[in-house]
Amino acid sequence: MSTSMEAVASAARADAPPAIMLDKVNKWYGALHVLRDVTLNVALGERLVVCGPSGSGKSTLIRCINRLETHQEGTIKVDGIELSDDLRALDAIRREVGMVFQSFNLFPHLTILENCTLAPIWVRHMPKAEAEALAMEYLERVKIPEQAKKYPGQLSGGQQQRVAIARALCMKPKIMLFDEPTSALDPEMIKEVLETMVGLAETGMTMVCVTHEMGFARQVADRVVFMDRGEIVEQGPPGDIFENPRTDRLKLFLSQILRGH
Amino acid sequence: MSDAAIPTAARSAPITMVGPIAWVRNNLFSGWFSGLVSMLLLFLIVKWALGFIEWGVINAVWSVPNNQTQACRDLKGTGACWAVITEKHRFILFGTYPYEEQWRAFISILIFIGLFIVSAMRRFWRKELGLIWIGALTAIGVLMWGGVLGLNYVPQERWGGLVITLILATFGLAFAFPLSILVALGRRSKLPAIKALCVLYVELIRGVPLISLLFMASVMFPLFLPEGMNIDKLLRAQIAIILFAGAYLAEVVRGGLQTLPRGQYEAADALGLSYWAKTGLIILPQALRLVIPPLVNTFIGFFKDTSLVLIIGIFDLLTAGKTAIIEPAWQGFGIEVYLTVGFIYFCFCFAMSRYSQNLEAELNQHRVR
Ligand SMILES: Nc1ncnc2c1ncn2[C@@H]1O[C@H](COP(=O)(O)OP(=O)(O)OP(=O)(O)O)[C@@H](O)[C@H]1O
Ligand SMILES: [Mg+2]
Repeated sequence: MSTSMEAVASAARADAPPAIMLDKVNKWYGALHVLRDVTLNVALGERLVVCGPSGSGKSTLIRCINRLETHQEGTIKVDGIELSDDLRALDAIRREVGMVFQSFNLFPHLTILENCTLAPIWVRHMPKAEAEALAMEYLERVKIPEQAKKYPGQLSGGQQQRVAIARALCMKPKIMLFDEPTSALDPEMIKEVLETMVGLAETGMTMVCVTHEMGFARQVADRVVFMDRGEIVEQGPPGDIFENPRTDRLKLFLSQILRGH
Repeated sequence: MSDAAIPTAARSAPITMVGPIAWVRNNLFSGWFSGLVSMLLLFLIVKWALGFIEWGVINAVWSVPNNQTQACRDLKGTGACWAVITEKHRFILFGTYPYEEQWRAFISILIFIGLFIVSAMRRFWRKELGLIWIGALTAIGVLMWGGVLGLNYVPQERWGGLVITLILATFGLAFAFPLSILVALGRRSKLPAIKALCVLYVELIRGVPLISLLFMASVMFPLFLPEGMNIDKLLRAQIAIILFAGAYLAEVVRGGLQTLPRGQYEAADALGLSYWAKTGLIILPQALRLVIPPLVNTFIGFFKDTSLVLIIGIFDLLTAGKTAIIEPAWQGFGIEVYLTVGFIYFCFCFAMSRYSQNLEAELNQHRVR
């Protein structure tokens, strides 16, 4: 929205150490080359939006960051820890990185509150009462404390996605990854989820967000990365990317997105 | 104000006939043909039920003096000879367990039933339940064997009847179920050695009949043991049953694991849950409640399959019933004995079935909107 605020915020973060570093990352599914020499640094507190056509490797990219997928070449460092087969490093990283999925992936057999307290109790070994207090705090932040005793199946899609955000936040992550958090939602619910994400961005959270919501990107993103066929084709502030695309691929993509909306 | 602005008045729901009479009219007598068929079936059912009551109650002989079965034989099949049950029920329930000590076997049976009831209640589903099980099974062991606390020693060869069936079924399922979960998880393991081992186990065991496993356990297994070492026959049969049930249950559990969407695993991973936390808190609770019907189906099957131990000479409930009518005086009263034994099996299996239906409804509440 206000470009001046944005400029101030990103200037303050410019010299912070990178939260995420990808250096020449390559990944294949069988013979399919899905990430090609991806090099990307995300600064602490930076809000990054990743966009690109379907199948361009956006999900794969962010799933590599918390090692839901493994990459074959290059290095990925999260919070200074390199991702490898070392399980201790993996545990450490997953505690610091929260993830929100397109299909929510709440645990249907647990109540909303239990969904949120599970990881703090079992991973952070927090006492139950403390975990519940924390969960309620975050459920209030996403504006659904009154649903705490319900099961995920009893909530609307937008509410479920907000619970998923609260669940991830309960682990007090330093970095949040979002993989198309609103694309499984009806238009009226997209707004409530985006508002939650804007609120989160205002707290200074480091966010990597795969989304095609251009309004959201303009409002909160420090930088937009455009991917196509496994490569980062263009990146820059949202204004530049959306108003002055330099490559034909981005121009084509933007025209399709705009037509779609 | 235009007409369209007036909201449509609420109408009451159309009248539907309810109650048993309406049901009968709608389902049994909806036309002349279905009415005819219903009448015919009703007639047959009533006739058969009356015949059974006449045989089983009105003409039945309930007891005879000193094995004098003449009264029963005089019925020539027109009435049941329940006297055989009156006379032989202790043999059927306790086998050749010493007569004066049979109260011990009786208390063991009661402990088993109590254990089942306690385990079935969800409010007892805590860590302490494990202790209750250990305590109860120890008590049963002490009661059955004796040799301590002033109880006379009773060798295992003399145990028999319902206790044996309950021992084989309870230990069988109590060990086979956890084993099956491990095997099912192992089959999905990323470690090739573990995966291969689990596949081999399931395929090998499933590929042979239980009878041949029992034979192997009773005849071949001792050949491999060093001279002088002897493992109890019941224990060997028990192990065979555990291995057999484990392989079947493992496939049921694996079916449940496969129904879970990948997103559940990923969400648990992304939260940083360890493998065992993920499996124990997310995966199994969902997978197992989805497969309650086939699980209980298999449980019930194995409860009855324990009767196959008769072929290696273990005196379970069915064998005891069979043996009870070998005596010349009581030969020919098989129907009464088998009906009784069948009824006992039925009680246990039916209880399991009903219970599982309740459990399923209760545990799957979260799916109801
Ligand atoms: N598990 C997998 N096995 C094989 N191929 C895969 C797998 N997951 C993704 N792919 C392929 O990798 C490519 C990149 O997939 P990815 O999911 O990262 O794309 P995306 O940019 O997120 O697309 P979308 O916008 O549709 O979500 C696609 O061609 C896809 O078909
Ligand atoms: Mg994707």
